[in-house]
Amino acid sequence: MWDYSDKVKEHFFQPRNVGALPGANGIGDVGSISCGDALRLSIIVNEDTDVIEDAKFQTFGCGSAIASSSALTEIIKGMKVEEALKVTNDDIAEFLDGLPPEKMHCSVMGREALQAAIANFKGEEWADDHEEGALVCKCFAVDEKLIEGLVRNHNLRTVQEVTNYTKAGGGCCACHEGIEEILMRVMEERGEIFNADSVPEIVEPEPLPLAAKGGMTTVQRIRRIEAVIESIRPNLRMDGGDAELVEVDGNTIYIKMTGACSSCGMASMTIGGIQQRLMEELGEFIKVVPAEKLAQPPRKVAHG
Amino acid sequence: MADIYLDNNATTQCDPKVVEAMLPFFLEQFGNPSSIHSFGAGVGRALGKARKQIQALLGAAHDSEIILTSCGTESDNTAILSALKCFPNRKEIITTTVEHPAVLALCTQLEKEGYTIHRLGVDSKGRLDLEEYKRLLTPNVAIVSVMWANNETGTLFPVEEMAEMAHAVGVQFHTDAVQAVGKVPINLKNTKIDMLSVSGHKLHAPKGIGVLYLKRGARFRPLFRGGHQERGRRAGTENAASVVGLGKACELALEHIEFENTQVKVLRDRLEQGILAQVPNCFVTGDPDNRLPNTANIAFEYIEGEGILMLLNKEGIAASSGSACTSGSLEPSHVMRAMDIPYTAAHGTIRFSLSRYNTQLEIDRVIAAVPPIVAELRRLSPYWGDNGPVTEPEKAFAPVYA
Repeated sequence: MWDYSDKVKEHFFQPRNVGALPGANGIGDVGSISCGDALRLSIIVNEDTDVIEDAKFQTFGCGSAIASSSALTEIIKGMKVEEALKVTNDDIAEFLDGLPPEKMHCSVMGREALQAAIANFKGEEWADDHEEGALVCKCFAVDEKLIEGLVRNHNLRTVQEVTNYTKAGGGCCACHEGIEEILMRVMEERGEIFNADSVPEIVEPEPLPLAAKGGMTTVQRIRRIEAVIESIRPNLRMDGGDAELVEVDGNTIYIKMTGACSSCGMASMTIGGIQQRLMEELGEFIKVVPAEKLAQPPRKVAHG
Repeated sequence: MADIYLDNNATTQCDPKVVEAMLPFFLEQFGNPSSIHSFGAGVGRALGKARKQIQALLGAAHDSEIILTSCGTESDNTAILSALKCFPNRKEIITTTVEHPAVLALCTQLEKEGYTIHRLGVDSKGRLDLEEYKRLLTPNVAIVSVMWANNETGTLFPVEEMAEMAHAVGVQFHTDAVQAVGKVPINLKNTKIDMLSVSGHKLHAPKGIGVLYLKRGARFRPLFRGGHQERGRRAGTENAASVVGLGKACELALEHIEFENTQVKVLRDRLEQGILAQVPNCFVTGDPDNRLPNTANIAFEYIEGEGILMLLNKEGIAASSGSACTSGSLEPSHVMRAMDIPYTAAHGTIRFSLSRYNTQLEIDRVIAAVPPIVAELRRLSPYWGDNGPVTEPEKAFAPVYA
């Protein structure tokens, strides 16, 4: 079973604002029955004030789809329409204290339902630009369609290049076979042959000497953490962002995401990927937490 | 109240007698069965006894036909890859669309490497078309791999007949029988089945132990090479404690096979009929007249399986689902799709799989728990109105990128 946060479970077991909404003046139907997730969002907008006075949902879908729908209605009630249009899927995921990477699409569906409902209210035609493929890289939540598009548009030829563009494959590396298959397919379309031997060597950071049995010293440990961040940095910079180690408190590592990364929709995924790499490199269980949380009192519930 | 486990096609609890039989092989009898000294000899004898117990359950002619492996997946992969090595000029494989991923994913990979894979389709009840099979059976086929019982619906395939047909044209026949062994009487010495896969943890033995039955005379090439274990057909030091456990589990399965087909079947039928009588818009998937005695797969229309499982889990009931969400994939179960079950029902399929440990009291608790759970999720569903599905559900709710 998925590792859902308590907030997700709460919104699944006691969903808010369920059902049809008589007198709704904006309705958005989105989702995919083949994928098993679909949502109808109904809203009542006060035409004088532009405030969303009521919102209800009906969802065919899994636990996180229902929780995301419930969260969405809670977020937007009382908002002005223009304000509601700025709600992102990450706002929904964050409201629920995070979603597993395979389930992020549930929050995307929530945002799309909102946009569709508002378009319906305004009498506009909502054009969806949604294209979702099978999840290839679980560390950074990158799907097949995204990789395929980039390989096609940027003439990518190696897994390393795909990683540089999308982060896909930059974590646990389990998806490298899948990425190579996409490369093979797309390169064949443009008359090229994928050459596995041309994959550049992955430059490993200089391995740091391990201390005697019993683990690393604090200084060695921090150096190793920095080395891992350093190795990920080129990927972050590619996206106009960066990461900085702020504090190490036992097995909690505080990292500040800066530049594009701080506001990036994928910030929580990126942190997940960094955490995965750090765990592999340090050989211990650690938790990566955004540095902003350093100032806040500790949460009662810990989750990935 | 104790939780209720109805997910025995996923894995089973070890029988306490199995655990008891295994325990001496961790601390006292830890020797390597290949060793000459007394530490090893006792273990060697215990493995010999276990092999006989496994042989008895499978009705194999010789105990040397039992090759011990690490799991059902290893057995499946070994069987198929062996045939490809033995018959290098044959580039075709026959299997079905509803196999376990242990066979399907391997075949998909082999397809990429240039083999031709014939995947037999099924009808709406999950049944094969033997005429189609007959047409495809040619000397170009290296091996046929068809499961004995489907893990999701319990539907049984006529593997004995299919093995005869393959034998008649000189093609090897393998069956993934991990769900069937212990639930269906099997007598391999009277069949033309060349290879058969067993998984210990499906019949109350521990995880991490499996068997590949290999009929005497059938050509074979090992997957693992190394030491002389399993007569060189599967190198690697034996998982002695688990082998002993599997032997005991096979002995117990043989004792209980009638019980499985009477008592367990009665409970399964009670569960199924109890649910069908109370819940509108649900139906049994697969072939109800020809299936495992312990499996009930019910499709609940207009709701999604993960939600059902989470609410069942809250009531202390464990089952599984064919929905896309439970696996993190974008499609519902390939078995449901192969039977052409519509998406609005395929995502809501729930598999209840019983064991000889389940009681009538438990079954009655599940029958009482299911209707309100389904009703609650339908209350959230855009396809469901006040008293049933909305009129023309597919038109009334047609989301944008459906």
